[in-house]
Amino acid sequence: MNRILAASLAALVMGAGPALAQVSDGVVKIGILNDQSGVYADFGGRWSYEAALMAVEDFGGEVAGAKIEVVTADHQNKPDVASNIARQWYDVDKVDSIMELTSSSVGLAVQGLSRDLKKITINTGAATTELTGAQCSPYGFHWAYDTHALAVGTGGALVEQGGDKWFFVTADYAFGYSLEENTANFVKEKGGEVVGSVRHPLATTDFSSFLLQAQASGANVVGFANAGLDTANSIKQAAEFGIVEGGQKIAALLFTLAEVHGLGLEAAQGTTLTESFYWKRDEESEKFGRRYFERTGRMPNMVHAGVYSAVTQYLKAIRQAGTDDGDAVSKALHEMPVNDVFAREGRVAANGRMITDVYLMQVKAPAESAEPWDYYNVLATIPGDQAFMDPAKSGCPLVQ
Amino acid sequence: METIFGVPVVALYGQLVLGLINGSFYALLSLGLAVIFGLLRVINFAHGAQFMLGAFAAWLLLNHFGVGYWWALLLTPLIVGLLGAAIERTMLRRLYTADPLYGLLFTFGLALVLEGVFRWYFGAAGKPYTPPSDLQGAANLGFMRLPKYRIWVIVASLIMCLSVWALIEKTRLGATLRAATENPTLVQAFGVNVPLLLTFTYALGVGLAAFAGVLAAPIQQVSPLMGSQIIIVVFAVVVVGGMGSIMGAIVTGYMLGLAEALTKVYYSEASNIVIFVIMAVVLLVKPAGLFGKDA
Repeated sequence: MNRILAASLAALVMGAGPALAQVSDGVVKIGILNDQSGVYADFGGRWSYEAALMAVEDFGGEVAGAKIEVVTADHQNKPDVASNIARQWYDVDKVDSIMELTSSSVGLAVQGLSRDLKKITINTGAATTELTGAQCSPYGFHWAYDTHALAVGTGGALVEQGGDKWFFVTADYAFGYSLEENTANFVKEKGGEVVGSVRHPLATTDFSSFLLQAQASGANVVGFANAGLDTANSIKQAAEFGIVEGGQKIAALLFTLAEVHGLGLEAAQGTTLTESFYWKRDEESEKFGRRYFERTGRMPNMVHAGVYSAVTQYLKAIRQAGTDDGDAVSKALHEMPVNDVFAREGRVAANGRMITDVYLMQVKAPAESAEPWDYYNVLATIPGDQAFMDPAKSGCPLVQ
Repeated sequence: METIFGVPVVALYGQLVLGLINGSFYALLSLGLAVIFGLLRVINFAHGAQFMLGAFAAWLLLNHFGVGYWWALLLTPLIVGLLGAAIERTMLRRLYTADPLYGLLFTFGLALVLEGVFRWYFGAAGKPYTPPSDLQGAANLGFMRLPKYRIWVIVASLIMCLSVWALIEKTRLGATLRAATENPTLVQAFGVNVPLLLTFTYALGVGLAAFAGVLAAPIQQVSPLMGSQIIIVVFAVVVVGGMGSIMGAIVTGYMLGLAEALTKVYYSEASNIVIFVIMAVVLLVKPAGLFGKDA
């Protein structure tokens, strides 16, 4: 006790050494805010929280002399609920940064609110390019993937294979529109056309009606611009209605390891998808994947690995800046290269977009899979500069 | 090609058939709710969770005990129904004398607990369940390719709905049941074991939900969320049909399935609210519901 007292006294007298005094409240608090009970609970969910805890442990539990804490909450995919939690976290619980933020409407709401308070958000769960486009923020970062990368990856691959007539089945909210628009633009750029689209409410169980419309549309690709359980149900029912047998290709525009696992290889095989992480990518990612598996009983997808990377990079930025002040940390995040198990030679553009390679994958047939969670063949690596939008064209006012 | 408001007639037929399939689920589920409410005066908010339990029971039977679809269709309603009976015996029956709100709160809490536990163990992305081999593939109806399994869903649901309706409206057991709800004391005086009848009724309603769950398993991902996604619609169906009206629940279930299908063709964004719009209109015009006897 006396030693601590003496130390704090000494610290006070000596001006505390810049680092310690600069971390507000003496603790760095990271909030993982995401869907933990709805259709995206496996896409991110409490598994993202585990990834954040793992990152903090690997970092040593302390940064710039301050302890690191992680809190988490369920935003139920509702922007108003998310905003209330974020406000309470910032005002009452002294949270310094909020991450994950699955669901684009939530992501945009919380990034906007955090911008006013000069708090850092690092979004690994939401997809919309708006986050780093017209609504970009100097304190907002977008990590794992976005609708542009998905469009370039999955859309590009299918157009190359002759899929030039698209029909979209789109989730009826910001994310779905963004994904459909990005993909449609890309398809048109490559000389293809969009023959129709239909919008469905979030958390729909029956897609047969939309599939029937897709079948009748004369499209050769049916693009599912939805996510999570919605996509799983779409693909399952597409198989039931013989979409693929009828000669149409299926593009799951946002589909990750977690949903492939839920759907099973029998129904998911052959699906082309884009992710920015695969645990079997290399030795390092496999080591990480197996450590994560020991904790959680599942392998990480790009959202989970993205959270690990985002938390780690945020802590590195605080270490470099010597403070958790929003402006200083933002500056450090923009300057520092990102090199970890998730991103190799990643960098953060002026609009807050983290630019790194993404991978085009194809889901294996059951016979090809050597072990549980061995689900992908990596078809191609798409360099970050192609995968993500040119920051100058993003419409973000910060890029000038 | 002939069209109605810009939609080809052939396509419309297809959508109506799909509406009938969704209607089959609405009918089965709202029937269970109507039976429980009509005879027990309990608003069973756990109905969606029990539907989900049915699907998971089928999945567990297949993956852990090697029990196939057809046996699961028979066994699951019994297993989940027994579970329902246990819940009624140990907990729910204590609430009969209390305000109906307590029954509602209890079943709602039960649903949250069940869903939470299943989400914890199985995750939200759910589990796959393939249709039985005899029902794989599709039949060509001329205007659409309809998976054989979906045809079976319509048939199975119709048979089940009509049997339950006949059981309650046309048999001696049903007559006793209805009498027991009208005047339990008098019926008990005739030597009928009324508490046992009520347990049976709850188990029957729960069993129906589980039956629908098994039917749904090959169509949807078997997921902890499948119940909560459908239950709100089903409540609207019961309200439109008239609380407690058995035939009302069945007919309204199919009707609203069709209404929803039509909305999906013309304005799909509204497909999840059209049922509630209908509910609001019906409540305004006929507060007791389309088939309800009293308000």
